[in-house]
Amino acid sequence: MSARRVVVTGLGATTPLGGDVTTSWSALLAGTSGVRLLTEDWAQNIPVHFAARVAIEPSEQMERVEIRRLDRSEQFALIASREAWKDAGSPEMDKERLGVVIASGIGGVTTLLDQYDVLREKGPRLVSPHTVPMLMPNGPAANVGLELQAKAGVHTPVSACASGAEAIGYALDMIRNNRADVVVSGGVEAAIHELPMSAFAAMKALSTRNDDPARASRPYDLNRDGFVLGEGGGVLVLEEYEHARARGARMYCEIVGQGLTSDGYHIAAPDPEGAGVQRALKFALRDAGLTTKDIVHLNAHATSTPAGDVAEANALRAALGIDADHVAVSATKSMTGHLLGGAGAIESVFIVKTLQDRLAPPTINIEDLDPAVSVDVVRDKPRPLPSGDIAALNDSFGFGGHNVVLVFKSL
Amino acid sequence: MALAQADVLAGLKEIVEEVAGIPAASIEMDKNFTEDLEVDSLSMVEVVVAAEERFGVKIPDEAVTDLVTVGDAVNFIVNAAN
Repeated sequence: MSARRVVVTGLGATTPLGGDVTTSWSALLAGTSGVRLLTEDWAQNIPVHFAARVAIEPSEQMERVEIRRLDRSEQFALIASREAWKDAGSPEMDKERLGVVIASGIGGVTTLLDQYDVLREKGPRLVSPHTVPMLMPNGPAANVGLELQAKAGVHTPVSACASGAEAIGYALDMIRNNRADVVVSGGVEAAIHELPMSAFAAMKALSTRNDDPARASRPYDLNRDGFVLGEGGGVLVLEEYEHARARGARMYCEIVGQGLTSDGYHIAAPDPEGAGVQRALKFALRDAGLTTKDIVHLNAHATSTPAGDVAEANALRAALGIDADHVAVSATKSMTGHLLGGAGAIESVFIVKTLQDRLAPPTINIEDLDPAVSVDVVRDKPRPLPSGDIAALNDSFGFGGHNVVLVFKSL
Repeated sequence: MALAQADVLAGLKEIVEEVAGIPAASIEMDKNFTEDLEVDSLSMVEVVVAAEERFGVKIPDEAVTDLVTVGDAVNFIVNAAN
């Protein structure tokens, strides 16, 4: 285990449940769905008419001129980072020791598509000169790095729906390896547009429950039929323990380990044996110096797809063994939808709040629990967690066969 | 088509307000695009394209580097139009 310990000192988020962490967390504990019918005309022309848009539009949280130079994913990154940085007490520090790692699964896809429309309709002269900085997948991280004047390095791991978790793991490495003392880390996504939605629908990955959007995201339910696309982002300020202590920072919890593996199985389908997930979990616990007995909570990837939820649950049962019986599993995508590259980040924010409040959030919309699901799912209302030292896991998987497990521990 | 300097200034103020978020009232002939109005090189491209559309003139790339102040741009556009 590394000698440099890493703690979480700041949180920020903009999600389908709220424009900040407090609002999102309250709505999550209350079991609120952030999924709604889309009002855009195009939504009626594609197979899926709903998604989980952010609860508060960026235009209510930023200046107009800022908005027009930033892709929506970059707007989310700045909104969540500003909240997280302020929450961390806006540390005064050597900026050469400050890093940023913010991921996105798809990057500025709406900018790319909108500007393609401009090119086709009005010609190349009217294509915005801001297009490239807006569409590049490292744009969210780069804009946050610029605003905070971070000079230890600005990075963007891309691994589809595992990107957000991978970013937090990368940030953990940066501090452990003594490249930085503070790293602003997380993930964002802004892909609610007719093309990505049509593309996911073509893969049969999305729920088509158009008559009941709020109940469409139903991880572990027998009648789940796909995920619901969400948008937004989450940001955590990670800080070296002694650095945080020296400035008297409030420490939420410690981040103690990560495990990363790849399946080598299929470009999109999960390995039904979940061998890669099991190895990632094992590596993460070893890295954390913990055992399965220490884990009381897991915020699952569980996206509400027929194949994915069971494969994950089986892998968790196999990896946790008998100790899975005392792990409260929450599938918060039942409320937020699936934020793709933002998912692992907002779920990590939720884990930090879970450890702080000792309350595991509920999983909503389970009417008939799939009997193939062999883990202890927190249903309908929050569940209190034990006192004393506790630890929790976040697992995230991405198309391409990426598996990431993060370990958080109470202080 | 002849353009009056005052009309071009008024139009340019609207464009700069839209692109850079600077209130039109604070935009004057002697303001420097980069230093006073936060119009960076990318935003300047937007200003130029919008001005070309609005005033029906061509502002060649090699001329853009000489447009340091709002007055430079107004005068260029007035001369090009007349």
